[in-house]
Amino acid sequence: MDATAVKTGTEGKIWGGGDSQPLKASYGKMMMWFFILSDALTFSGFLAAYGFSRFKFINQWPIADEVFTHFPFLHGVDAPMYYVALMTFILIFSSVTMVLAVDAGHQMKKNKVIWYMFFTILGGFVFVGSQAWEWANFISGEYGAIETKGGKILQVVNAEGEQVALESFAVELPSDRTQLTKSEALWYESESSMPDFELAEVVEGFKANPDLLVRTQMLNEAGEKTILSREASLAKLENDAIGVVQGANLVHNEYGPPLFADFFFFITGFHGFHVFSGVIINIIIFINVILGTYERRGSYEMVEKVGLYWHFVDLVWVFVFTFFYLV
Amino acid sequence: MAHDASNHGSATKRIWTVFAILSVVTIVEVILGIIRPEFLVETHLLRMHLLNWIFIILTLYKAYYITWAFMHMEHETKGLRRSIVWTGIFLVCYLIFILLTEGDYIFDVYRDGYISWDF
Repeated sequence: MDATAVKTGTEGKIWGGGDSQPLKASYGKMMMWFFILSDALTFSGFLAAYGFSRFKFINQWPIADEVFTHFPFLHGVDAPMYYVALMTFILIFSSVTMVLAVDAGHQMKKNKVIWYMFFTILGGFVFVGSQAWEWANFISGEYGAIETKGGKILQVVNAEGEQVALESFAVELPSDRTQLTKSEALWYESESSMPDFELAEVVEGFKANPDLLVRTQMLNEAGEKTILSREASLAKLENDAIGVVQGANLVHNEYGPPLFADFFFFITGFHGFHVFSGVIINIIIFINVILGTYERRGSYEMVEKVGLYWHFVDLVWVFVFTFFYLV
Repeated sequence: MAHDASNHGSATKRIWTVFAILSVVTIVEVILGIIRPEFLVETHLLRMHLLNWIFIILTLYKAYYITWAFMHMEHETKGLRRSIVWTGIFLVCYLIFILLTEGDYIFDVYRDGYISWDF
């Protein structure tokens, strides 16, 4: 190997950056910054749209503490926010190892860069996995709810005001409903499974349990969901209920306005996609570090650039965490 | 920016200090989010309760440290720093103002019954 540093092949080519350093930053680093700026505006657009929809339904938005209550291996334990807090720590810590890798790169310590990048990638994988787990819980739901004609959600609570799962009191009624398959009605319409119970079974079960009450999605003065009296609950079920909903998808969700689930999927999904692509880019740079590409080039600036992207992903999560889980 | 060997120790120290700050702020946010102190929820400032303002300010505080320390914005030239940060902040503020105002207006329309939507 030649003693002189290996070049990147962009010398003298203006559109490749050349040797010029506007604003005393290399072309690549400056472009990474402007990419981050535009990506930040995309995320701001999503979060501002979330704010728009939330302001539109400010008196009936779901309470995050009641939606995200799961923690791995703690079944049935009400653990609001602990898991997202843990995810936040994982991401912040992987940011720390990333910046340590950049710092080690400045000192040309190849082995340190390798180890720190390895831990960064590991943190990224754990975070993406956590997000998948969070999604799985959100999609499968916990208590289930009843949907009204106006597209509102009615949840069921006991005398203490604690939410009750629909399946715990729904009765078994004879039904001749069969699974919809492609051979039955329209050739393109089918369902993957039968619902566990139907509205009539839930309503019958509700009538049979005198201490059950309906909780609407409207927030009262104290910022809690309004609980109806027994008579009003029965009337509401009689007049307005049209179906049961378990879990969440893009059209229905058991937590409140469908927009809540839409934004949850879209914003955390887009962020998760960024984490995933960040992990992939990190792996590419990691392999290059091991191969000694940057050692020969005499500069670990590529680590710094991918580091900028990785910190940006962390930065976005800080905002998603606040606006989805805290505020 | 390149660090020479002499300031190496301080760079690492800065990283761990920032990590400590970010961790403490996150812990404070989570604790506040779980206990939701009564007086913070009941006190309103500019149509939002104080607790939410605290969350937002703490978030911006964290964002500042991530950008300045982790992304090395503090070592960049003034021109680069301003072209990124001021552009972003200006456009984001504009977007938030427009969309939240509009969302609040639609809420009023729904509430005052100009449109029947809860049937």
